[in-house]
Amino acid sequence: MRKTLILAAALLSTGAANAGNVTLLNVSYDPTRELYKDINGAFASDWKQKTGDTVTINMSHGGSGAQARAVIDGLDADVATLALAYDIDSIASKAKLLAPDWQKRLPQGSTPYTSTIVFLVRKGNPWKIKDWPDLIKPGVHVVTPNPKTSGGARWSYLAAWAYAEKAPGGNAAKAKAFVAELYKHVPVLDTGARGATTTFAQRGIGDVLLSWENEAHLALKEAGGDKFQIVYPSNSILAEPPVAVVDKNVDRHGTRKVAEAYLQFLYTKPAQEIEAKDFYRPRDASVLAAHSADFPKIALYTIDDVFGGWTKAQQVHFSDGGMFDQIYKPGQ
Amino acid sequence: MKPLIRPRSATDDHPLTKIVLSAVAVVFIALFLVMPLATVFSEALAKGWEAARDALIAPDALDAIRLTLIVAAIAVPLNMVFGLAASWCVAKFDFKGKNLLVTLIDIPFSVSPVVSGLVYVLIFGLQGWLGQDLRDHGIKIIFALPGIVLATMFVTFPFVARELIPLMTDQGRDEEEAAVSLGASGWSTFRRVTLPNVKWALLYGVLLCNARAMGEFGAVSVVSGHIRGLTDTMPLHVEVLYNDYQYVGAFAVASLLAMLALVTLGLKSLLEWRFAGEIAATHKH
Repeated sequence: MRKTLILAAALLSTGAANAGNVTLLNVSYDPTRELYKDINGAFASDWKQKTGDTVTINMSHGGSGAQARAVIDGLDADVATLALAYDIDSIASKAKLLAPDWQKRLPQGSTPYTSTIVFLVRKGNPWKIKDWPDLIKPGVHVVTPNPKTSGGARWSYLAAWAYAEKAPGGNAAKAKAFVAELYKHVPVLDTGARGATTTFAQRGIGDVLLSWENEAHLALKEAGGDKFQIVYPSNSILAEPPVAVVDKNVDRHGTRKVAEAYLQFLYTKPAQEIEAKDFYRPRDASVLAAHSADFPKIALYTIDDVFGGWTKAQQVHFSDGGMFDQIYKPGQ
Repeated sequence: MKPLIRPRSATDDHPLTKIVLSAVAVVFIALFLVMPLATVFSEALAKGWEAARDALIAPDALDAIRLTLIVAAIAVPLNMVFGLAASWCVAKFDFKGKNLLVTLIDIPFSVSPVVSGLVYVLIFGLQGWLGQDLRDHGIKIIFALPGIVLATMFVTFPFVARELIPLMTDQGRDEEEAAVSLGASGWSTFRRVTLPNVKWALLYGVLLCNARAMGEFGAVSVVSGHIRGLTDTMPLHVEVLYNDYQYVGAFAVASLLAMLALVTLGLKSLLEWRFAGEIAATHKH
């Protein structure tokens, strides 16, 4: 039965890949659309210059958790560039497509750029939102996506938690109460960061959007004029979106060399320049300094310091029956 | 817009009742059907014809249109054959489990498209039943063309059969029995008696099937993998463009889909008008 089905499938199948040109598939999260459009062009010309080969990079974007799931189910990614380490960890643990120690292969925990969570408010900041406690003022509506499906939403949740736990006199119980109160101000949970941005910017829902810094800058740029403004809270979280070569896939495609070069390219000066231009905080100190106007210095907690790493944070906060399930009751 | 009220009536209802009812219907249709459709076109043309045209001839949009046409070109003819075979079976023969077969044909109507997509992930996905074997043989089903075709076929399967079964049942099997008793073979009975009797219903079923095949979002979204220029169909590309802040492009592609729906409706009305006599004759009431 299985043999017959596979034979039938072979007849249906699209067949072999194009010979000659190298093709990579980069499976990424939602807000990196503009970033990788720019990076891919730069890398292709760099690679052509160095090797004479033409490389085409195909993109797939979606919520970080959903994208990880797709790679686990067989979406043929050569590289995964997701919103947080846990999602690549789950590709390693559930599908065994890459080694568990993938994060040690590239500098800075395989995160060539970082970001953080900021507030996007409407023109003139009518609710006078300056810092985290202002989000739970009576009547304020907060837009943020669902932490179960969106990487950015998980960073937002953790940023709020870290603020409350690390505030003077703060502790875990107070943090839980603060975050629970915060989610009572959320009228709708979108599945992905980009969906939440369009809910806030296009459909005009909510008073403040908890957003990736890059996503907030882009929304500002796309809206034109002065419809929105960005508010930096007193502290936030250091969001580290990691990148990894998917071992089993590149070995099967014979694309390991170019896939590794692609990810290393992200650390080069020209690429760091592009990342800064698309509002991701570059790792390169000199590039960061050159763009310091776009990236105000605020205190940033790391996931390791406050939550003991992603595996633990995921387990405690976002697993079924975890902290988020306990505090978020839709319609209340 | 003024409602068209005909003064001559076959019922004794109070004229006011009729006016109110008609007005409600017209307002309802205007609000929920005409306005959204008009919005699609006006948004598409918000920055002029050129912007809309440029969005449609962008490489990714052309790839999405091409993929949609390929998927429909495979799924619709196959479903035409399957639908015809299934309804022929159901309407012209008696056998055990016939009701079960009819129920099975209706499954895609009652199952959420997302679930139909997930079923294919469970079968052909890497963690699924056939996943590892397929990968070992270098065969791609989901996140590639075959998966999109399968999901589309599943969702659009009942359209042809559902058009044909009532009509064929209605027509009974007298003509076929007459043909066979006069010495016609099974195939020529089918070709010369059964098929001509249902051709208009078949054509209508195929039109509906095609419209749905090109417009399907949910099931295709699950098995597509969203690789730009490779596995994004037109409905998926609309979502991509919308999320890319390219509203004109999104609505330009959406208006292509809307036009497809309008053309389908137009063709249907044309068929009904042009061949009204013949269509009525094939119904034996």
